[in-house]
Amino acid sequence: MKMLVCVKQVPDTTEIKIDPVKNTLIREGVPSILNPFDSYALEAAARIKDKDPSSTITVICMGPEQAKAVLKESLAIAADKAYLISGREFGGSDTLCTSYILSEAIKEIEKTEGKFDIILCGKQAIDGDTAQVGPEIAEHLGYPQVTYGLEAFVEDGMVKVKKEVEDGAEIIGIQTPCVLTFTKPSFDPRFPTIRRKMAANKANIPVLAFTDLPDIDPEKIGLKHSPTHVKKTFVPQKKTGGIKIQEETAEESAKKLFTLLSEAHVI
Amino acid sequence: MVNKTKDFWVFVETNEDGTAKNVGIELLTPGRELADAQGGRLAAVVIGCNTDAAVSEANRHGADQIIVVDSEEYRKYTTDAYTIALVSLVEKYGPLSMMIGATNNGRDLGPRVACRLQTGLTADCTALAIDEATGKVAWTRPAFGGNLMATILCPEHYPQIGTVRPGVFKKGEETEEKAEIIREEIHVSADQIRTQVLEILKDMDDEKVDLENAEIIVSGGRGVGGPEGFEPVRALAKVLGATVGSSRAAVDAGWISHAHQVGQTGKTVAPKLYIACGISGAIQHQAGMSGSDCIVAINKDPDAPIFDIADYGIVGNLFEVLPILTEEIRKARA
Repeated sequence: MKMLVCVKQVPDTTEIKIDPVKNTLIREGVPSILNPFDSYALEAAARIKDKDPSSTITVICMGPEQAKAVLKESLAIAADKAYLISGREFGGSDTLCTSYILSEAIKEIEKTEGKFDIILCGKQAIDGDTAQVGPEIAEHLGYPQVTYGLEAFVEDGMVKVKKEVEDGAEIIGIQTPCVLTFTKPSFDPRFPTIRRKMAANKANIPVLAFTDLPDIDPEKIGLKHSPTHVKKTFVPQKKTGGIKIQEETAEESAKKLFTLLSEAHVI
Repeated sequence: MVNKTKDFWVFVETNEDGTAKNVGIELLTPGRELADAQGGRLAAVVIGCNTDAAVSEANRHGADQIIVVDSEEYRKYTTDAYTIALVSLVEKYGPLSMMIGATNNGRDLGPRVACRLQTGLTADCTALAIDEATGKVAWTRPAFGGNLMATILCPEHYPQIGTVRPGVFKKGEETEEKAEIIREEIHVSADQIRTQVLEILKDMDDEKVDLENAEIIVSGGRGVGGPEGFEPVRALAKVLGATVGSSRAAVDAGWISHAHQVGQTGKTVAPKLYIACGISGAIQHQAGMSGSDCIVAINKDPDAPIFDIADYGIVGNLFEVLPILTEEIRKARA
C-alpha cells in the first residue's frame, strides 16, 4: 500500500492560559506539538506497514518552516518521506481552501511518488477542532471516506476500517483510493527509536511553494478566497461555581445533595 | 452557487427505524427564529427509510415545509448516498442557510456537502444569531479546546452551512401540523456507494454508550482508582437510568473504553444532569461537558477546577458518598 498521512503542527491546548486582565489567550511559550489525532493516523499507517513492509508512508504538512519539526517527528516515528507545503499565498485559508491546497499538493507529489492508495488524516486538529479538512480533501479528490477510524487493515486485498459509532464499532470496507480519518484508539501510538530519530534529524524535507503547484487556481486559496471569515473571538464566560457541600460526614453530604437535587427537580 | 430563496433548512437525521434523531428536532427551535429573521421559510429536510415518524415530529415542531427523500438506500447512513441526495436538494431549491446536527454522521456529511457546493461550513456551533451589520448567520463555536470562542460569517457563499452540537437547544412545544410536504425521488445506485458495512461490533462492556443523547451522565475519573472503582459509578448510573461517562485519565489508564470518554478527545455532551465523580475537571474535560444543564461534582480535592463550574459540589470521598446517594435515590423511587 502507498499511504499518505496529513499532519498539522498545533499549539498544545493543554498549556494554553488565559490572560486574566485582557481576557485573551496567552500563546507565548506554548509548545507546538504534532496534532494528537494525526499521530493516531500515522500509527494506523504504521500498523499497515508492519504487516506489509513493502508499504510506504509519505507525510505532508502545511505550515511555516518551523512545521518541519512535526514532519521530522513523523519520520522518526514511522514515515519514509516528508514534504512541507508552505507559502504566504496559502495564509488565512479556511477549511475549504486548506483542503483544496492539500489536494493539489497531493496530486503534485503523486507525480514523483506515484498514486497513493490511502490518505490518512487525524479526525480533527486540536486548535481548530473542525474535523472538516479530511472529508474536504476526499471531496476535492473525488475519493470515498471513512471518518472516526480506530484502526485500518488490508484483508483479501480490501481496505477495512474499524470505525467508532455511538454504540460500539463497525468494520467498514472501502474502495481505494480513499481518505480515512482517525480518532483515538485504545492503544498508544509508538515512540520513535533513537536510530530513526537521528536519521530524521538529518532528513532533507522538500518544500512545495505556491509556484511548485502549477495547476492550482489562485482564486481558490488564501484568506481572500475563503468562504468563511472569523468575525470575532472571545474568551468564554466561565460558569461560576454553585453550592459547595461539605458536611461533617460523607453520609450527611450525600443526603444533603440528594435533598438539593430533589428540590431542584433534577432527579 | 446562488441562493434561490431566503429559506432556512434544518437537516433532520434519521435512525435506522425511520425516527428522527433528537438534534434535528432541537434545531427547529433556533431555526424558527433564524428563518423569520432571514425573511424565509423554515424547512426540515428528512432523508431516510420509512420516515413517517420523523416527518410527523418535524411537522409538530414548527417546520413550514418538509422535504422528504425516503427510500431503502438511505436506511443506514452512508457518506456517498446522503451527499448525493442533500446536494441535489440544495441545488434544486437553493436555501439561504442550512443547519446539520453535529453528530458523527452530521460531521461526516457536512464537509462533504459544503465542499461539493463550494461553500463555507462552520463546525460544531454552540450559539447562533443573525449578524446585525450584514444580515448573515453568525455561527459561534468553541476552538482551542474550549479556551476560545469564535464567531464565523460566510458572507458571499451559499448556502451558509453550520453543524450544531446536540443538546445546545431544546425541542420546542408541539404545535399544529401545518407544513407543506414535498417528496423527492432521488435514487443512488449501488456502485455510487463506495463503502460497505462488513461487521457490527457492539461495545466491549456490552452496554450501549450513547452519551450524546443521554439525559443523565455519571462519569468517573482518575479518582475512581481502578477498573473496579467504576462499580459505585455504575450503580448510581443504574438507579438514575443514566449513561456512564469517564474522563481521559480513566480511559488512558485502561479502566474503561474510549467510547465512554467525555471531553475534547472524546464526546461532547449536554445532558440535563452530569455527575462528575473523582474528575478534576481539566479544560479538555470541561470542553466536552460544560454545556450540561446541571453539574454535580464529587471530589476529594477542594481546589479541583471541576468545582468552578459545578452547580453542586461535594468535597469528599466518592466511595463513601456514591453508595449513600444511590441508596437515597433507590428509596425515593421504590
